[in-house]
Amino acid sequence: MNQVAIRAEGLSKQYRIGGGPRYKTLRGSLSDLMSAALRPWRHRAPETIWALRNVSFEVKSGEVVGVIGRNGSGKSTLLKILSRISEPTEGRVEIRGRVGSLLEVGTGFHPELNGRENIFLSGAILGMRRAEIDRKFDEIVEFAEVEKFIDTPVKHYSSGMYLRLAFAVAAHLEPEILLVDEVLAVGDAAFQAKCLGKMGDVAAEGRTVLFVSHNMPAVQRLSKQAFWLDQGRLRQEGTAAAVVESYMSSVMAITHTAALPPDPERPMRLRRIQIECEASGGAGMLEFSDPISVALVFDVNRVVTSSHVACFVSNADGVCVLGTGDADLDAGRLSPRHPGRYQASFQIPAKLLGEGAYSITVTMGKPYVEVYDRHEGIVSFRIEDHTSRRRASQHVRRPGILGVELPWDVRELSE
Amino acid sequence: MTGDAGGSSGDSVMVIQASPAWALSNPRELWAYRELLYFLVWRDIKVRYKQSVLGAAWAVLQPAMTMVVFTIFFGRLAQVGSDGVPYPIFSFVALLPWTFFAQGLAGSANSVVGSANLITKIYFPRLIIPVAAVAAGVVDLAIASVLLLPLMTYFHVWPGPTALVAPLLLLMGFVASLGAGLWLAALNASYRDVRHVFPFLIQMWLFVTPVIYPTSRVLALLRQVGLPAWVLGLNPMVGVVEGFRWSLLGTPAPPGGVMAASAAVALLLLVTGAAYFRRMERSFADVV
Repeated sequence: MNQVAIRAEGLSKQYRIGGGPRYKTLRGSLSDLMSAALRPWRHRAPETIWALRNVSFEVKSGEVVGVIGRNGSGKSTLLKILSRISEPTEGRVEIRGRVGSLLEVGTGFHPELNGRENIFLSGAILGMRRAEIDRKFDEIVEFAEVEKFIDTPVKHYSSGMYLRLAFAVAAHLEPEILLVDEVLAVGDAAFQAKCLGKMGDVAAEGRTVLFVSHNMPAVQRLSKQAFWLDQGRLRQEGTAAAVVESYMSSVMAITHTAALPPDPERPMRLRRIQIECEASGGAGMLEFSDPISVALVFDVNRVVTSSHVACFVSNADGVCVLGTGDADLDAGRLSPRHPGRYQASFQIPAKLLGEGAYSITVTMGKPYVEVYDRHEGIVSFRIEDHTSRRRASQHVRRPGILGVELPWDVRELSE
Repeated sequence: MTGDAGGSSGDSVMVIQASPAWALSNPRELWAYRELLYFLVWRDIKVRYKQSVLGAAWAVLQPAMTMVVFTIFFGRLAQVGSDGVPYPIFSFVALLPWTFFAQGLAGSANSVVGSANLITKIYFPRLIIPVAAVAAGVVDLAIASVLLLPLMTYFHVWPGPTALVAPLLLLMGFVASLGAGLWLAALNASYRDVRHVFPFLIQMWLFVTPVIYPTSRVLALLRQVGLPAWVLGLNPMVGVVEGFRWSLLGTPAPPGGVMAASAAVALLLLVTGAAYFRRMERSFADVV
């Protein structure tokens, strides 16, 4: 019988919100104090938001649990509380076993230090003993494939090398309970595959893993259980397949436009996105034979370099079927962008995506290095085929993500 | 990692919940994280010497140049006096603990905000950050101290057995620096305008500490207004600096009341600083 590794009871976290910055100024606090003393009846409670509200669950030892939910649903807050970075406002958690948390790749890396030094530093920060790092050093270097550059400052590393080294250190942590957040959202496909493989290994070794991810196929593949957080509450828990399915069908509720408030703290910020569907019959349906236009408005709040604006189109299973960025065909866009408001648009060709529901994720930042702004499935659309020949002739949905019509060459072979 | 990172106890249960407002850090947990402290100090030192062209020479040049300037302006022009010791070595011996204190104070005051990327991504006792910032100064202090040898040879001033007390006085400087640093670090994380006060605060602190001038002249002033000598010791650096001079140069020992007051204030700063830091630490990840 499995022991309970994590038991959370009535977990809640309250944040203060408001127009101002997250931090206060002493001058402001003093003048608030003065005015509060002078006019106590006008005192107003600060606006607050519950990032997590009364969440209770149990994770058994050896279980792998995926935590899913929209942006701002409380997933990251939950991981921060479980890894003791931030304290809960209410409720309690009991954790049995040594916890390792991996909330980003490269925590504690210092650009001036070389690979060897960073392995020790980052290892110590992640909670490894010096002797442990000594023992695993060669293994880490080998896993990261950076033998030749081990004495080079990591600021000279390519972003791929940097990520590999950073992940290699983290991957050699041997906690009984592993908490992982969005690590899989960075890096190229090969790197992501490596991360997933390593997480699979960790799970297979019988460790308890709790991981937050937007990658639905990965959640289904790696975990048996899943939690769905929605607006700070635990909306559903159960088998990964069931939870992912109900989450996806909720996400797929069609929204063609979205607008966001400005956020000057972010170097780049999405303000508006819209899927154009003039040609369609409305109701969020797009016609298979029409191209789909996506228009964005975004703010650049300070000079940024090597950054792009990218959109990922995912189908109802959460599989990303198309990724496109504004610098893909114009490397000039990687040169500095200056503050201001910009408009961008692109078109998904007609007759490319097959029938079904799709969502678009928007991300802005330095590819594979830093995310300035990211909105998971912020808009969605459904493609239906009422016009194409094959549809008219067959009346059934043809399988396949792509709906590209291919001309066939068929001829009778003469003897 | 968790609090039981030190022990490999798989059966121990860790409880996470809102902690009481006032509590002291758990010393066992701090001990469990001693290796992290070592690595953070090591990182600070490595990075500091890697980034500067002059490297370790900087640690010597800084107090040496200050000594030269002080000697010209205060020793010669202003004739502030130096308790019968040549002014250059008189000021240099005071600059050693002072620079250690001031750099530790500035470093720890900015340490929490400067480590935001760590604080928001991983757990460890936050107290380690300012402690590491002050501790990293020990290396600078050691390097700068090398200059004592040529200075002592040149001026023929050799320390007696009292030099054995010097490490204790440096420890007192460490305690004062960390104590004040903890207050400022916690304030700085919560109130972002506080940092503008740091340079001014440190400059003022230098003037009320007998680095440039000997305490003997201030004592005379105190007697005139009828205040007891120990009042001076309320600035812990008075005890540290004057004590350090006494131990290495054989200048008149500071009155006992001064030393006792300085030691007491240094300890008080540390205890209250640690308590305040602990109180504010709970929200660091949410505000930095």
